[in-house]
Amino acid sequence: MAGEGDIKLLGMVVSPFVVRVRMALHRKGVSYEYVEQDLFNKSELLLRSNPVNKKVPVLIHGGKPICESLVIVQYADEVWSGKGASIFPADPHERAVARFWAAYVDDKLFPAYIGIMKAATEEARAEKAKEALVVLANLEEAFAQCSKGKPFFAGDSVGYLDLAVGCNLFWLEAIRKMFGVTFFDVGKTPLLAAWAERFAGTEMAREVVPDADTAVVFAKKLQARFGSNTSAK
Amino acid sequence: PWKAMHDPATQIWTSFIAHEQKRDQHQSSKQHGGPTMAEKGVKVFGMWASPMAIRVEWALRLKGVGYEYVDEDLASKSDALLRHNPVTKKVPVLVHDGKPIAESTIIVEYIDEAWKDGYPIMPADPYDRAQARFWARFADDKCNAAIFPVFTATGEAQREVVREAQRCLKTLEKALEGKKFFGGDAVGYLDVVVGWYAYWLPIIEEVSGADVVTDEELPLMKAWFGRFLAVDVVKETLPPRDKLLALNKARREQLSA
Repeated sequence: MAGEGDIKLLGMVVSPFVVRVRMALHRKGVSYEYVEQDLFNKSELLLRSNPVNKKVPVLIHGGKPICESLVIVQYADEVWSGKGASIFPADPHERAVARFWAAYVDDKLFPAYIGIMKAATEEARAEKAKEALVVLANLEEAFAQCSKGKPFFAGDSVGYLDLAVGCNLFWLEAIRKMFGVTFFDVGKTPLLAAWAERFAGTEMAREVVPDADTAVVFAKKLQARFGSNTSAK
Repeated sequence: PWKAMHDPATQIWTSFIAHEQKRDQHQSSKQHGGPTMAEKGVKVFGMWASPMAIRVEWALRLKGVGYEYVDEDLASKSDALLRHNPVTKKVPVLVHDGKPIAESTIIVEYIDEAWKDGYPIMPADPYDRAQARFWARFADDKCNAAIFPVFTATGEAQREVVREAQRCLKTLEKALEGKKFFGGDAVGYLDVVVGWYAYWLPIIEEVSGADVVTDEELPLMKAWFGRFLAVDVVKETLPPRDKLLALNKARREQLSA
């Protein structure tokens, strides 16, 4: 199909934002060259492709870079619109709702769980864990609203919001292993708990999502490198 | 886009506006909570001094869509607003045939899609759309955070934050190169998203005594300010300058006290 070929993804194995893009590309059935980046020693290619933020993921399509994971996912759905599965729903209101919650996840969930990792005291960690649980409670409502009784946020199969939330699951599992925080309580967020298992079981997730232990190893490396007075399990 | 709603700068901004409104005589119709039946038509829950809310008006007017504007008292939010946006409780919220959408940049994209046969707000090409979304995010995340300190800083500290704000805006300015508007020959998504700078920045400059967008430092942006402010839908919607100036002056005093 026109537009395929010459597709590179600059990524880092445990970045949830990179995982998000890999999921999207999987949904579109697009093949690409994956180039792992060392974020402590950024490559010429990365700095040239994303001079503004110098971050991964960067999708380079026909030599042109696209940055910001949610921007890339939308781009992939638009530029390969005839290919693979649709990531976005067709209805404008449903699209707006999906975008709203995806942005909410990046604004609220990611900082909360990163905060759990970085917390210098038990009190600080507990505070961040509480924040994360508030977010998940809201996402439970969102799931009820969006899924309308179906297995995924997007309905019968995964869509934009599933990817936006789902790419973080392996990190939530890593943090559960390290700090004992339970994110998915079947009593409190039953829909989300069931969805999380279902999501992890998809062929896409099994292919693209790294093991939680990989994230644990990375987190410990970061703690060693930057020094942290919190100890993980 | 989401970051814009939650970054400290915007939060402080809108909360300070809320505080001012308690003493402000300007009042307009306040929607009281009503039945949750689907109502036909378009409603915008906004606030007269909010740059995020005005984006929604610009997008609707570009499409030629009529709407009812509900001016919220941010210190005492209406039941309707809280019902329509329980998650963040913020303005703007668009309610279209009874269905609410929150988050200004998301609302703008929604407007473009819901009235797809009208004026094209988003670029047509997927790569250009990606660029527009990227820059919108950059502006709301980075530029806004860099601009707010200019408002409150003084002396040497102000010089430093002005330089930082200019650095951010210079990066954004790259998206203007060779074009009349960010959208090309006509205003587009990115103009709607960052257009508020054209009106609010000069007010911030006047209130704080700083010069940020100058011909020397940001010539393209300065020129674009003039072109953008001349656009009809923009002219029609801008809040009165004296009121906005007074509001910002008072708030700066309050923040420095």
